[in-house]
This record gives sequence, structure tokens and C-alpha cells, in this order.
Amino acid sequence: MLQKEIESVIIKFAGDSGDGMQVSGSLFTSTTAIYGNDLSTFPDFPAEIRAPAGTVAGVSGFQIRFGSSLVHTPGDECDVLVAMNAAALKSNLSSVAPQGIIIANSSGFDSKNLRLAGYQADDLPLEQAEKMGFKVLNLDLSKVSKETLLGEKISTKELERGKNMVALGLVCWMFNRNLDQVLELTKQRFAKNPAWAEWNQRLVKAGWNFGETIELFHERYQVNAASLPSGKYRGVSGNEALALGLVAASHKAGLQLFLGAYPITPASDILHELAKLKHLGANTFMAEDEIAAITSAIGVSYGGNLGVTASSGPGIALKTEAIGLAVMLELPLVICNIQRGGPSTGMPTKTEQADLFQAIFGRNGECELIVVAPGTPKECFDIAFQAVKLSVEHMTPVMLLSDGYIANGAEPWKFPSMKNLAQITPPIAEAIPYKPYLRDGNLVRKWAFPGMKDMQHRIGGIEKEDITGNISYDPLNHHKMVYLRKEKVAKVAKSIPPQLILQGPQKGKILVIGWGSTKGAITSAVETAHKAGIEVSQIHIQYLHPFPENLGDILSSFEYILIPELNTGQLAFILKANFQIHPICFNKVQGKPFFAKEIFDKLIEINQNA
Amino acid sequence: MHNLIDIQNQVPIYTAKDFESDQEVRWCPGCGDYSILKSVQKILPQIGKSKEDTVFVSGIGCSSRFPYYIDTYGLHSIHGRAFSVATGLKISRPELDVWVITGDGDGLSIGGNHLIHTCRRNPNLNILLFNNEIYGLTKGQHSPTSSQGQVTKSSPLGNIDTPFNPLLLTLGAGASFVARTADRFPAHMQQTLLKAAKYKGCSFVEIYQNCNIFNDGAFETFTDKESKDQYSIFIEHGKPLRFGVNNEWSIVLKNMEPCIVATSEIQEGEEWIHNQENKNLALLIAQFAQNPLFPRPFGVLYSVERECYENLFAMTPKIVEEEKLDKLIAGKFNWIV
Ligand code: SF4
Repeated sequence: MLQKEIESVIIKFAGDSGDGMQVSGSLFTSTTAIYGNDLSTFPDFPAEIRAPAGTVAGVSGFQIRFGSSLVHTPGDECDVLVAMNAAALKSNLSSVAPQGIIIANSSGFDSKNLRLAGYQADDLPLEQAEKMGFKVLNLDLSKVSKETLLGEKISTKELERGKNMVALGLVCWMFNRNLDQVLELTKQRFAKNPAWAEWNQRLVKAGWNFGETIELFHERYQVNAASLPSGKYRGVSGNEALALGLVAASHKAGLQLFLGAYPITPASDILHELAKLKHLGANTFMAEDEIAAITSAIGVSYGGNLGVTASSGPGIALKTEAIGLAVMLELPLVICNIQRGGPSTGMPTKTEQADLFQAIFGRNGECELIVVAPGTPKECFDIAFQAVKLSVEHMTPVMLLSDGYIANGAEPWKFPSMKNLAQITPPIAEAIPYKPYLRDGNLVRKWAFPGMKDMQHRIGGIEKEDITGNISYDPLNHHKMVYLRKEKVAKVAKSIPPQLILQGPQKGKILVIGWGSTKGAITSAVETAHKAGIEVSQIHIQYLHPFPENLGDILSSFEYILIPELNTGQLAFILKANFQIHPICFNKVQGKPFFAKEIFDKLIEINQNA
Repeated sequence: MHNLIDIQNQVPIYTAKDFESDQEVRWCPGCGDYSILKSVQKILPQIGKSKEDTVFVSGIGCSSRFPYYIDTYGLHSIHGRAFSVATGLKISRPELDVWVITGDGDGLSIGGNHLIHTCRRNPNLNILLFNNEIYGLTKGQHSPTSSQGQVTKSSPLGNIDTPFNPLLLTLGAGASFVARTADRFPAHMQQTLLKAAKYKGCSFVEIYQNCNIFNDGAFETFTDKESKDQYSIFIEHGKPLRFGVNNEWSIVLKNMEPCIVATSEIQEGEEWIHNQENKNLALLIAQFAQNPLFPRPFGVLYSVERECYENLFAMTPKIVEEEKLDKLIAGKFNWIV
């Protein structure tokens, strides 16, 4: 059999939400990671909790892209679609690459499944797909599953359910994975139930053998290991990394971590992750509402520990007044906004980066705070760590902007060791008499909390007198305090790393600027542009307020500036206001991430017109 | 500086004066808040907590200026949210003595949700709700406790809303310590506040407070020398429910229905002895306020022991070994490149 070497491939496992697609996908991911490929994954859950089986609304998917070179996103269109039923085909056909392979589980295409998926009785979707140029492999995976487990004491329904593991075995065979490894991982996955572990191993093997025996495949594919920096890796999703970053940072600050939260998609996983870590210093409080979630966290910070709250846009809107209080109190507080499609309830499970204005401007009065944003799942760790460090050391709230795409997306992460992480030093008060609003060179006030002797003081959301913190409505004092708080945040620019140019020359013709979860797509597009001989530079801004000090210099070193955003141009608006630039905006507000190709095409267009 | 130390609690021996802050008190002259402030300052030395371990948290409104006037730690938060700020503080620092100062607008309107959830959770907080049946700081709108028909700036044709009964509300929400007192009864207030302070759990005390500017005399019938004996009843655990100048009236239960009878005519075994651990009876007493023929009850209606939320929450200790965190960060599944 032919072995065809390819650089990277995108596979999507799709089926009914009860079909175990996430299991197949994550096991394939683990074996691929160990194999040494770089990779990126994205799960695709149905919006409804219990959508009727077999319908398009009930389709669940898992996409993985892996390669022998660096992989930046889970990919645009899939090269291989595993469709367990007609609904899975229907909802994913438009995102299969031209001439892509469709592995269809034939028993999921019977008349009942066709009807549930919304096809007509005489529709022949697989034949249709073939005519469209896709390579369709119509295989009865359910039958393989049944035959493999025949004689075991399980219900007929369960006999057939092993088809996901058969599909996994088949795809592993196609892409030349290490069978023993897959079997071992399968065993570990089902370690709690040895009988199940054994059955699932048999199913994977059956899928593998199926690939070898049926003569439908003329070639297998080889994706060689990527050259990644050596070290210890694990897979991590954005929300997991964020939770870990908070735990690590609070430890480095010597503070107890407290998360006040209220369930909201797609931020709830932060609550779930931290709730599992009570024994490691993470305290979680599920409050009665978003406001109690943040105000309880403020109570914790007032008491000398680290208050954190996590939500999504609508929840952040509810927290707004309390964020203002934290700005006035000048206490540490980390507010995580895992953005989703808006406005109002909007599209809870879809991704968007439209809360930048909300983060930077969205409060009454002159009310600035620090705004940071990770660009990839693993960056969520570093940025969460930095958010805590800046918040504690500068005594000011920090807003962290993630989004549904990186929150749920996952990638390999060369994780750090605790001893290599920076120390965080809370500015704890020492001098008596204590003056609550006396500031240091960075305009940071000292932190005294209940229990500290002879430092009793009263503070609140009312404007306060400079230095003493007593209530003051004096006009000149208010003016002064507004500017002090503003300058305090501005001075944070000195504590953050300078803006790096990720790709391309330091000065030149075209610069692409991104922030947040568009990083992968932009990076891929710029790489492709370089291969096509187009000179482009790329920066990705993690520190959005204040900006890095060198940002202005970078902006003025390029003729054309392209800003792709999953909103109508919020970063572009802010940069225009600050730096007198005239960027080209490229916007997409469909609840979906950018395709690298879309950005690449835009770069070609700019290059041609330039 | 204090030379005297309370040996038992290892805290200085304070006087009321020690709890006065250096801030000028800014309520309207004659406001009922002054008397509450004095009473609180009087009882604080008797609690056995040091000044630095005592915190007053408030929301927004006239009452919420309270923390500025007490020389302890104080946090003047935002409208309605003192309960959740205080909950966060208390569960993360269980050793602190935390007080919540709120009003009828702050605590029953904008903060109503937090109040009921605080009651059901039962963190060891002392909640003092100053009820003046009006919005004072915003200058005279009807509040959730304003009576029906009350004419205010926001209800010129008379208030159409049915008022809340704060004691009934908090009992319904699962509060395990519920009491009422009034600004005009300093001795009773101090007794009640001390009980609230010593109670381990969330204690809710409604304090009738006269706003002499926007709702003067709202509680006059219950607090005035002339009328209070007829219109108020002071209940005490283990004592019969009696009122009147010479306790000539009693309240007894007939078929679970409270009835007013002449004390002299009470039959053997008919007397209603207040049992603060009986919730059904507490609910009946709280409802006296719904019936204009019944005297208004003051005192501790309900007080039972219940696990404190901060104990259940059990904030983790500060020190976790780095190796454990390294293991956590490494995850269950990792590989070497
Ligand atoms: S408005 Fe009423 S409640 Fe407020 S301070 Fe004046 S008298 Fe007291």
C-alpha cells in the first residue's frame, strides 16, 4: 500500500451527541500528541442540552488539526469528515475541503436517519456528495461494532454504540498512528471499568483491521513529527489554562484564591475547574447572581486575599457597578470575561470579540482598569498569571478577555514549573499612622486589611480625599483623584513587556494587528503570505489597556495596517483614537472564528493595491 | 493606648468612646440613626473582639454612612450589595466580627436577593436593617416597607404597593435569628444587639428608625410613651406574651389562631409562653404586624442553632506545597518531546 507523506491534516469526528465523538477525538488527540505532531483541537457541542437524537440540532463534533510543522488553529475546512449519521453529514458538508474524504457510517443513513436529518425520503446525500467531488467511503461501522462484541453481555443498543471506537481505530490506521499506543490510551481512559476497557480496545483494533482488510483505501497517510522545542508537554484548553494560571499566581502572591461565579456559557468551566481544586487552595463560591459573584470577591480582596470573578458579556454588564467600586477601593480583583456572541443574550455558544469597548470604557465615570487578552488556549495561563500579578502589585482591577473559541479549544502546552514563575509582591502596609490613599512612585496605595492592628480605616465607593481616604466632595480633590487613578493605570505600561513583532521585518509595508483568539488564524495567514513572497509583519496585542509603550513606534513604521477583528472594528477604533493611524479594517461577526484563508486573501488584496 | 486587657478574649478593655471615629456625624439632627450608633458603640466593648478584628460593611442610603462613624474597619459598598461583600469577607476571614448595616430600600429592594440568600446560607454576620419606611438619602420616595396609601414624593396619589414584613420575609428565607427593636428603645436595642452579636450565625435585626425629615412619626404609636404599652408587645424567651400598661392583656393561641384576651381571664394551661426555637410560633408572631388589632412585637422572635456557612465553606489554608501545584499543572496526561 502507498504511503503518502503530508504536512498537515484536519479531521472532524461528527455524530449524534450520544455517539461518543468527543471520546474518539480526544483519544486520537492524545496519541497524536505523543507521536510528536503539533496540533490544535476544537470541540463543537450542540447548543441544546438534549436535542432529539439524529437531528441536525443534536450533532456534536470534534475537530483536530495536526502536522509536521507548527499548527496555529484547529483549521478551516476538514480534509477528513467522519460522519456517524446523516445529520452529521448535513451540518458539516459545507466545511469539508474540496476533494476531501468522507467516512460515512452507512447504518446512520437509513430512511429514519435521513428523515430526522431533514432530507427527503428519496434523497441520496452520499451519492450527491460523491458527485460534488468528495471521496465517500460508505462503511457499516455499526456492524463492525456489533460483530466485535457479539456474545458479550450487553444490550443490542450498546453493541452498536462501539462504532465511535471502530471509527477511531480506522482513522488511526489511515494516518499511521501507533496502534499499541492507542490501545494503551484506550485502556487508561476506561480504567474504571476493566470490562469496558477491554471491549473498547477490541473495537479500536477491529477498526484498524477493517482498514487493512477492506480494499477501499489505496493509500495511507504519514504525518511526521513536528520539530517542537523539547520538554514536557500536556494538552490544555483555554479555560483549564486560565484556572491553572489563577491558582499558580495566587500561590506566588501568598494569597488565598477565591472565585465568585454564577453559571454562564462559556465561562462556567472556570468555576468547574477551580471547584475541583479546593485541596490546592482554590475556593469557589457559586453566588445567587452575577453581582453577588463579584461583590463577594471584592469582600475577599478587602479581607486581604485574592478575589476573582469569571463570566461572559451579559454577566459582566451586571457586574459593572461593582467593578467601579473596586476601581475606587483600589483593591486587587481579576475579572475574566469569556466573550460570546452578543448583544444581550446573543449567541451564547458562539465566539466573538465584541466586548473590548465594554472592558475599556464600560463603566460610569472616569473608571479605568487594566485590560489583557490571551491569544491562544495555552496563553490563558500566562495572561491569567499576569492579570493577578498586575492587579495585586498595582492595586487595581484587571479585566481578562478570553472568548469561547480559545476557552474550549485545546493545544499542546509546554507547561512551566512553579519555581520558574515570577514572584508576586502585594504592597502590604507597614507604616503607622496608616494613610489609606497615600501612594508610592507607581501611584499604588498600600494594602491594610482587617486584623492589622492600629490601621482601622473606612473606605467606600464615595469620592475620597487624597491620602486620608475620608469622604470628600471637594471639586479640586475630585479632579486630582480622577487623574491619579488614571495615571496609576497608565503607569502599568512600565511593568508590562514591550510589544513584540511576531513575524516579518521591524518596519516595512504591511502590518497585521490582532488581539485575542484571532492569533492562530492571523499567524497562519501571515506564514502563508511569506511563502507566497508577500512581505508582511504581525503583532498580536495582549496588553490592551494600557498599551505597551513601544506600540506607537511600531505602528508608525508601516505603510499599511490591517486589523482583522471578530467585531465591527473596536480595536481599530481605539488605535485610531490613540495613534492617528488609518488602518484597513477586516471584520467578521458571524459567531465564527476567522479562516486563515480569509485573512490571507485580504493580505493579497492589500499587497496588490499597495 | 490601653493598659487593661480582657484576659479571656485577649483583647483590650474598651469603652464606647474607643469606638468613635474621627469623622463628623452627618445625619439630620434628630434622626433615629444617632441613637442606633450610640447603642452599637455601647455594646461593642462587651463583645470581646478587638477593634481591628471588627468590620462594618454597608450598602447605600442614610443608614449606610454608619461605618464611617465607628473606629473599626469599615467598607461602604454599593447599593444593596453589603450582604454579599460581607459574605465574601466573612467566609474568607472567619475570625472577624462582621456587621452589615442596611436600610429598607438598600436591603429589601435593590439588595433583596442577597438578603434572602444570606439568610439561607447563614454566615455568622450581624445584619442591622434600619427600617424607616422611606427612602431618606434620595429625599423621600416610598420604600418596600412604606404602608399602602402612604403619600410620598414618588406616590403622590398614595402608595399602591403592599409592604414587606421584613421579619416574615427573613423567616421565610430560612434565617435562624430574627429580632426587632427600635431607635426609641435604647435599653431594649442594646440587649437585642448583644444577643445578635453573640449568636453564632446570621442574625437579622430590624430596627424601627424614625426619619424625622421624610417620614416623621412612622412608628410613633409603637414607640411613644403614651401609646407603646397598648400597641407594642415585648417578647422574651420563656415568658408569656403580655402587654398593656399593667400587662393586662395577653395573647394566647386558640386552634393555632392568636387571640387577645384579658390576662385575668386566662384559663389554666392556656398561656402562650414564648419559645424562640419554635419557627411556627415565630411566624405567627411576625404576622401580628399584618393585623391592626394586634400589638407590634419587639424582641427575639426566633433563634436556633445552625451550622455557620463559613464552617461549611472552609476556606483553604494558605500554604500548599509547590510540588503539588507542579503536579496539578502537569496534568494527568503528559508526554515528552
Ligand atoms: S433623611 Fe431621614 S434617615 Fe436620612 S439622615 Fe435625615 S432624618 Fe435620618
